[in-house]
Amino acid sequence: MIEILDPGPLATVQDLGRPGYAALGVPHSGAFDRAALRLANRLVGNPDDAAAIELTLGGLEIRLTAAATIALTGAPCPGAPDWGHAVSIPAGASVRLAMPPSGLRSYLAVRGGIGGERVLGSRSTDTLSGLGPDPLRRGDVLAIGPVDGEVSGAASLGSPAGDAVLPIRFGPRDDWFTAAARARLVDVAWTVRPESDRVGIRLDGPPLSRSQDGELPSEPVLPGAVQVPSDGRPILFGPDAPVTGGYPVIAVVTDLDRAAQLRPGDHVRFSPGKG
Amino acid sequence: MRLLPYGDEALLAEPEDPATVLALAVALRDEPGVREVVPAARTLLVRAAAEDLARIGARLRELTATARAGAAAPDGPQVTLDVHYDGADLTETAAQVGLEPDELVRAHTGGAYVVAFCGFAPGFAYLTGLDAALHVPRLAQPRTRVPTGSVGIAGEFTGVYPRPSPGGWRLLGRTDADLWDLARTPPALLTPGTRVRFRSA
Repeated sequence: MIEILDPGPLATVQDLGRPGYAALGVPHSGAFDRAALRLANRLVGNPDDAAAIELTLGGLEIRLTAAATIALTGAPCPGAPDWGHAVSIPAGASVRLAMPPSGLRSYLAVRGGIGGERVLGSRSTDTLSGLGPDPLRRGDVLAIGPVDGEVSGAASLGSPAGDAVLPIRFGPRDDWFTAAARARLVDVAWTVRPESDRVGIRLDGPPLSRSQDGELPSEPVLPGAVQVPSDGRPILFGPDAPVTGGYPVIAVVTDLDRAAQLRPGDHVRFSPGKG
Repeated sequence: MRLLPYGDEALLAEPEDPATVLALAVALRDEPGVREVVPAARTLLVRAAAEDLARIGARLRELTATARAGAAAPDGPQVTLDVHYDGADLTETAAQVGLEPDELVRAHTGGAYVVAFCGFAPGFAYLTGLDAALHVPRLAQPRTRVPTGSVGIAGEFTGVYPRPSPGGWRLLGRTDADLWDLARTPPALLTPGTRVRFRSA
């Protein structure tokens, strides 16, 4: 079992989410940096979709009640045993992770995966709809699932962090914006605002002007959509995005993993070429 | 019909006749390669592998002809919801549309509704079929907390809050029906295509 001594700013249980239920109003959810989650799981011999702990700005402290094998990926946190490798932790030992100097989200996988009840096929915490377990709190105890796969020797240097270029495809509603706004979306280095979270990364920069007024009847929304509310400042939707939205989506980011590591103050550019 | 790109692994279809959205969504569910179909007010989103999108788009255009004919009478399950019409906005909303409260209740219970799509929260269904005389804007100031089972109207839609949440719909009453139950498959009582009637309890 894993005992949470300190969850840090925000720690949640995440797997690959609950796709396929959007027509019932259920968000996708799941790990924001899916590549980092998959890697952490592979390192400890778990299936890709096993549940792990997603840390936000580090700060997590845990104690393992029995000997366990863990792996850490994503934004590297000082104090970590060994980033990007499977590490054996003796029974009763604790692991304390400081704030990463860059990047935002780190993943702690344990061999066997985080256990607990699945909700619609997933153990993920959905911070928007409230489905799945609550964010981790001091004193929480997490079960560890049964072990089957082989521990892998693969290593990683952590997810890339800092300023980013994200690949986009324009549409579906780029025709709601002026040509100048479409050019600006690509030309500007957007600044990540502090109000960003798993629902959306809110960006600051020169507002994007619309070529047509009026409201859009609610449309389906996917994680990765770049929605532009009436103030003209884009929101890049994350895994806990709502399933419908009423503001036009100017473009869709086609690889969201890199966006998971953007922290407030970082700059992001959008590139319509294949990333 | 317009087919709009939505990243590399989805497309957004905008049929010329919005009434066909639901029929197209239902017809497309069993199409090979379709991972998910999500209907909304005027559009539907289809998720599929990049290499399948062109074929699925072509199939959507084919289906448009038949979907149009079937759109008027969706063949979904029928649900009747018993409502206590004592909502916080009943009197004011009635006055706004020029009716007595009991006339508003009669108009609301007289409608044959269909779930067009879900959104906002798990199990929150947008029902179409609301009498045009009852189309009123949302509240200028949304409530910070609307209780579970609240029955409301907003614009062309009526619906029921499946759990407590903030909300700007005008509340006409409340139902004891269990709109969202994770022990049920599917957990949502009202899914796209479900036909709904309201009855005064």
